[in-house]
Amino acid sequence: MSRGSFLSAARAVSWRNIHIWVTNPVLLVPGLLFPLFFFTAFAGGLSRIDSVPGFDYDAGYTTFVYGFVLLQASTFGGVFSAFSVARDFESGFSRRLMLAATNRGGIVAGYWIAALVRAATNIAVVTLVALVAGLEIHGNGIDLIGLYTLALLMNAFALLFGTGVAMRLRTMQAGPAIQTPAFLLLFLAPVWVPYDLLTGWVQAAASVNPVTLMLEAGRGFLAGDPTRVLPAFSVVALLVAVSLLWARGGLRSAERVA
Amino acid sequence: MNQVLLLARRSVTRTLRQPAMVVPSLIFPLLLLSINSSGLDSATRLPGFPADSYFQFALAIPFVQGALFSANSAGTNIASDIESGFLNRLSLTPLRRVSLMLGQLTGILALGLIQALTFVVVGLVFGDGIEAGPGGVVVLVLLSLTISLAFGAIGAFVALRAGNGEAVQGAFPLFFAVLFLSSMYLPRNLIDIGWFHTVATWNPVSYMLEGIRSLLLAGWDGEALALGFGCAGAVAAVAVTAASAALRTRMVRT
Repeated sequence: MSRGSFLSAARAVSWRNIHIWVTNPVLLVPGLLFPLFFFTAFAGGLSRIDSVPGFDYDAGYTTFVYGFVLLQASTFGGVFSAFSVARDFESGFSRRLMLAATNRGGIVAGYWIAALVRAATNIAVVTLVALVAGLEIHGNGIDLIGLYTLALLMNAFALLFGTGVAMRLRTMQAGPAIQTPAFLLLFLAPVWVPYDLLTGWVQAAASVNPVTLMLEAGRGFLAGDPTRVLPAFSVVALLVAVSLLWARGGLRSAERVA
Repeated sequence: MNQVLLLARRSVTRTLRQPAMVVPSLIFPLLLLSINSSGLDSATRLPGFPADSYFQFALAIPFVQGALFSANSAGTNIASDIESGFLNRLSLTPLRRVSLMLGQLTGILALGLIQALTFVVVGLVFGDGIEAGPGGVVVLVLLSLTISLAFGAIGAFVALRAGNGEAVQGAFPLFFAVLFLSSMYLPRNLIDIGWFHTVATWNPVSYMLEGIRSLLLAGWDGEALALGFGCAGAVAAVAVTAASAALRTRMVRT
């Protein structure tokens, strides 16, 4: 169980997944397009919302929406990578991989690296489009490091959670079980307006949703007014730690049948 | 005619027997309606917003969103017929292409009817009712079916051109882009980003939404209804014609 075998498994799995992703438009395009659709629809179609009394965000509505879409692009980079785990199990590739890899933790690490590359690409494209559309960043370099670290931690959480599900179910039919929780977490948060302007059951859900903290911290970084930074990082670190254990449990479950 | 009816019956049975096609096309639009109406209720405080509750305004969205699922379902069904060779066997019969195409799309119309009636009931139970009254419900369902036919035919066209289900799934995000780039979230007069306003104005989906909204919010608005039916009908006519042409090409290939 040397470090070398861990690294070689991680490198092989990540390279294979990145290669499949880049060379297959059916996998590449939706991951890039979905965040852009959301950004365009919200920043373009809802821009007037910032005139609602009580909407107080100095950096403008485009920046407000970018805070959400950034998190979404990153999270879905993890979700779509978890689909690859399920696909590899369904095709029988993972069974052969498990037999070949002496350090199977490297397999999860490989999927994680692929998810990071995917998220970084999604983020780069969304950021470029947002800058063209009038994104205003009032935060400094440290704020931006905080913002993107938060987004990449969400990516890790989504990937590890999805990997845990995929390794337990080992079929592409696990797709909804991977995607739906991520979708609900993201959308039961202050997506379009600040928390105080939410109403009804979504406000109640947002009050206990950890993504609310991350959105508020992210938007604070963008506005150059960091808010709720410690709680947001604490919660996301906890989510990553728990999902790491969940993914490890999934790996053990897959090992038993391999 | 008998063959068309047989095809229609097969299409309806096949669509409704697949819970994976029916349930998401009802659940997801309703879930998004619920989230949107809570998350965006503050939009009703904008001067000029046409409703007191965002739920009532957003109720038009599930009708169109359900139709987008129809596009996916129609495309997937036809792609499956291509992949299984069923379409090749049909090509040996003397059926006219348009009849064959409409027979294949009947299942989508049945699904569209279930969706429309479900959304009407949701609107009556949780919303402020339908401003145009009982007659408006009939027109609303007809408009909704026309929209389902339009998107269903687009899904069929994609499937016939590509010949596989993966391409239909790949095109699905593009259908959603059309919805997002419309007056889905706010009325066009409240969209103040110039390029988005222009795109929404040229986007036929805006007029489909506004046709439905007119019945829900304003009562009888002849112009909005004419534009709604006109756009949905025109898209349906173009898409059915294109799908029939694609069917001819596919049959020639076989």
